[in-house]
Amino acid sequence: MVNVVSKGYSVTKTLDCRELYCPLPIIKMQKAVKGMAEGEIIKVLATDSGSKRDFDSWCRKTGNKLLESTEDDGVFTYIIEKTGGA
Amino acid sequence: MSETKKMAIIVHSGTMDKLYPVFMLASAGTAMDVETHLFFTFWGLNALKKGGLEGAKLPGVMRLGTGMMKDRVKKANVSTLPQLLKMCKEYGNVKLYACSTTMELMKVSKEDLIPEVDDIVGAAVFLDIALDADIHLFI
Repeated sequence: MVNVVSKGYSVTKTLDCRELYCPLPIIKMQKAVKGMAEGEIIKVLATDSGSKRDFDSWCRKTGNKLLESTEDDGVFTYIIEKTGGA
Repeated sequence: MSETKKMAIIVHSGTMDKLYPVFMLASAGTAMDVETHLFFTFWGLNALKKGGLEGAKLPGVMRLGTGMMKDRVKKANVSTLPQLLKMCKEYGNVKLYACSTTMELMKVSKEDLIPEVDDIVGAAVFLDIALDADIHLFI
């Protein structure tokens, strides 16, 4: 299991979307972020190759902040700060 | 900050390949503050009949490969059409409308439809919704 812990970010929640395909990752993301307070940070793991653009768009549309986006051996890790709605 | 946007789709086809994009977009919309209105007409109405989503097949001669496609859907952990509908209703604002004229033409009664259907309407309702929608699709 790839578990990249980003330096400097205090992650309050981790969401595992590996092996899930569009549109499930962003639907799960929406649910997860709803229960978070503003300023809290979530780490998301995904394997869907379309998720990179999807999470970027989702963040822009919902007003949340994509702090970091990395890929390691087919697993994407997104660090997102709740700065807006969900 | 985000504000709710509206998507209006005419669902004209009742085959699996066309219903997938409809329900994928609608369910994705629930995560992006998009209110979706689905207007089911002609073959699309079949999807609203009880067992219609489960029974949707690939089009034409490809219908023979429907079982194989369903196997792949399962193996790839992709959501089924009924699962996507459930998500649409659970997480967001997705409205399902049945076209009244199609119901008459196809001899479909209200009792034949799944309970998730919000209303039976005509073209005026779709136009009313579509006139202030941000996305319009015909699938």
